[in-house]
Amino acid sequence: MNFPILSSLILLPTVGAFFLFFTRSNKQNNFTVKYVALFTSFVNFLLSIYLWILFDHTTSEFQFVEQRTWIEDFINYKVGVDGISILFILLTTFITPLCILSVNNSIKERLSEFLIAVLIMESFMIGVFCSLDLVIFYLFFEAGLIPMFLIIGIWGGARRVYSAFKFFLYTLLGSVLMLVAIITIYWLTGTTDVIELYSLGIEAKYQNLLWLAFFSSFAVKTPMWPVHTWLPDAHVEAPTAGSVLLAAILLKMAGYGFIRFSLGLFPVASEVFTPLIYTLSVIAIIFTSFIALMQEDMKKLIAYSSVAHMGYVTLGIFTIQQQGIEGSIIQMISHGLVSAALFLCVGVVNDRMHSRLIDTYGGIVSIIPKYSVLFMLFTLAALGLPGTSGFVGEFLILMGAFKDNFLVAVIASIGVIIGAAYMLWLYKRVIFGKLINNDLKKMIDLNRSESIILTSLAIPTLFFGFYPDPLINTIEVSISDLIETYNFRLASKI
Amino acid sequence: MTNLQLVFPEIFLSLSIMFLLILGVFKKNSSKIIQNLSLAVLLITAVITFNETISIKEVKLFNNSMIIDYLSSLMKIVTLLATFLVLIISSNYLRTFKIFKIEYPILILSSVLGMMIMINSNDLIVFYMGLELQSLALYVLATFNRDQIKSSEAGLKYFVLSALSSGLLLYGCSLIYGFTGSTNFNVIANQLGSSEYAITFGIVFILVGLAFKISAVPFHMWAPDVYEGSPTSVTLFFTMVPKVAALTVFIRFLYVPFLNLIDQWQMILIFLSIASMLFGAIAAIGQTNLKRLVAYSSIGHVGYALAGVATGTNEGMQSSVIYIIIYILMNLGLFSCLLMMKRENQYYEKIEDLSGLSKNHPMLALSLMIILFSLAGIPPLAGFFAKFYVFKSVIEQSMYFLAIVGLLSTVVAAFYYLRLIKIMYFDKEKEKYDTDHGLWLKFSLTFSTLLILFYFIFPSQLIEVVSRINII
Repeated sequence: MNFPILSSLILLPTVGAFFLFFTRSNKQNNFTVKYVALFTSFVNFLLSIYLWILFDHTTSEFQFVEQRTWIEDFINYKVGVDGISILFILLTTFITPLCILSVNNSIKERLSEFLIAVLIMESFMIGVFCSLDLVIFYLFFEAGLIPMFLIIGIWGGARRVYSAFKFFLYTLLGSVLMLVAIITIYWLTGTTDVIELYSLGIEAKYQNLLWLAFFSSFAVKTPMWPVHTWLPDAHVEAPTAGSVLLAAILLKMAGYGFIRFSLGLFPVASEVFTPLIYTLSVIAIIFTSFIALMQEDMKKLIAYSSVAHMGYVTLGIFTIQQQGIEGSIIQMISHGLVSAALFLCVGVVNDRMHSRLIDTYGGIVSIIPKYSVLFMLFTLAALGLPGTSGFVGEFLILMGAFKDNFLVAVIASIGVIIGAAYMLWLYKRVIFGKLINNDLKKMIDLNRSESIILTSLAIPTLFFGFYPDPLINTIEVSISDLIETYNFRLASKI
Repeated sequence: MTNLQLVFPEIFLSLSIMFLLILGVFKKNSSKIIQNLSLAVLLITAVITFNETISIKEVKLFNNSMIIDYLSSLMKIVTLLATFLVLIISSNYLRTFKIFKIEYPILILSSVLGMMIMINSNDLIVFYMGLELQSLALYVLATFNRDQIKSSEAGLKYFVLSALSSGLLLYGCSLIYGFTGSTNFNVIANQLGSSEYAITFGIVFILVGLAFKISAVPFHMWAPDVYEGSPTSVTLFFTMVPKVAALTVFIRFLYVPFLNLIDQWQMILIFLSIASMLFGAIAAIGQTNLKRLVAYSSIGHVGYALAGVATGTNEGMQSSVIYIIIYILMNLGLFSCLLMMKRENQYYEKIEDLSGLSKNHPMLALSLMIILFSLAGIPPLAGFFAKFYVFKSVIEQSMYFLAIVGLLSTVVAAFYYLRLIKIMYFDKEKEKYDTDHGLWLKFSLTFSTLLILFYFIFPSQLIEVVSRINII
């Protein structure tokens, strides 16, 4: 396989962005601009599907590895995928075209700049998920800040400046410590190549501090309680497409990082800090669920629910059980689909009524029935109803947790109930009830592009809910191998 | 007296300065010719330096008082090219203020000559002579717009404070001479040992003087005022070129005679570095004038460059050199943008004047955004790599405290760079600026922006050039 498929995946969106850069955006060619972006991201999606077809899921080796010298004797540009990362790449390439399709109503000005930012973002995200060198990983991880900062800041809502700054500075603060850790790893082992580091291992006495440095970055990005406060702000102020990118893909970088680096490189430290992660995850699940219950702003509610869902993810990862980690990955994929869909649902009514407050709505089920049905599907998926992908993830995570720590699992299960409460209550208040606000009567149901977007998110949500095998097959071997190495290295203290 | 050809660049430059001066005196309205000739002189000197000395491993001249090696050749070329770029983009600005005079390029050339001597110096006396030659020219340049009270104030302030620091520096030199019996770096290196404490005093005084020249905290007080008051083109020169020479002297002075006393000076440098990084980041937050803000940001950047020197290793010193080269590039772009903010013969230098730049001048705003993100050290731009190399060498020496404080202060610094971006991109637009910028201004902005943006594709080239420096 000589065709550099991963590099093409990374580069293609940037090339598309480059073309857009030379297309001046005005009223007439908004159409062209949008279709160039859509075309690029769609081709990228097809390319990633092709990657998935070629992917050999019987081995945990990295595949499609490309390596080029980048800085002599120091860093190699090295990319590759295994069962863990390929799903995230698919998620990224799947969500981005939908994001671009959704900009119709919400982005009124500077459309081509917006699309450039989204496409460049896609490049960076794919780069994060397939880089096999710590420095390259860091480059992509950090570079994503620039487009996201602009997306929130330029196209965001009223308090966009505050939110953009908060987002940027929080994340930057978290990740500079990771940079220190990466350079330290280089001096300890003489390499930043992930595959080599997997086989070399890192001495146990250094692991705790290094783990904490990586943790500081991933915890902010996840986001874990108590550093989650940037997320609701960023979500509320970002335009719909920005929220979707943020919730569906950006948050997954941290979960991916935990699996790939915290577990992979520092098993001894991971074992030491598991109680910390458990505590923070459980607090996040219970505490933010209660906060979500009290929200009046729909986007904020979903943002807090994201924090709770990511709490399950971190919980599942650190159970170090086959089911736990599988569940976490499926939960991340499912959350990527569902939260994206929920944000788009909020976007749909927000575009019509220019309000995200729950009070504004009520009783719209008879006015926009199509919307109500789809919204219900995603609400149910978010609370983890069997038959939706949300169930598979949550179930596996709790199964893993019960194996590892009974108490934590029990508390986390209570979170599921609160989760159901706030999601159903949200749905009830928005869709059912008496129709008081007369302006609502003028609302029109989903237009064509909105239906396409929401249906195409609904299909995988249901499909993987009933038949999660394709996902589990892809990740199974990689995870069992990861756990095996983890336990082996834990025993031999490296 | 053998290898005169090795100092041929300096000889050529000084002869040219005299020739240009005479030409300027006798020929009326010759400022344009002199400007162009000066540009030619700078380029020719750079070419001569490249041809004659770049391949020299290490030669000492004039009773070992001057040294020609790869470090000095490289730094001289950087100085000359940076000065060339400063000169070509400043002519429009000078014309606007009607100070496009013959003295301007000549003074700049003289200070460059001083810097070249500083870079070559292997002896305290030679070093001091070079330093004074460049400083004297710089005092005059600071007051160049003499009709403006701020400019005169800047020059006076610079002169008084600089004279004070030169005094301290000389006192340090005399202490070292007193205890080692020589001013030559190599002789000093051999005479260490007996009177370590007294020599430490000398080192401290000299470091104070040097820290002043490079505007490191706590000897930075002059910088914001002088940077704000001087004509913008001179500020541009101040922020870029003298720092190269001062950094070279820092490296040579600490690494050649005093490397064995690293325990004595390392703490001082770490302090200077941390203080500069933190202060530069925090103090810049409250600024409303762009030039003052640049002054504080340059204080911060000097801190990062010094962090590399503080390691006392070859890699650390190389990373500082890389840092300063990338810093020069970013500053060039930043000032090109500043010089483009002109409307009806008036330059705007308040932060609010950037408001809504992205609507009126999308390309200018885009370039400025890239430069600012790079200054903030966000990957994949060049500024990130500069910091990366520095911290790589700092962490190699297990100086974690310095590394963590440094990286945390980049977060603080990111705040004010982001504020500028916010004003450009998120705020309401104002009146448009003129768009009839000179070709060179456009060139230097495009040039620096593209280099910053695409540095990540070929990062090893610069490392290769710099890694040939070897003075330990």
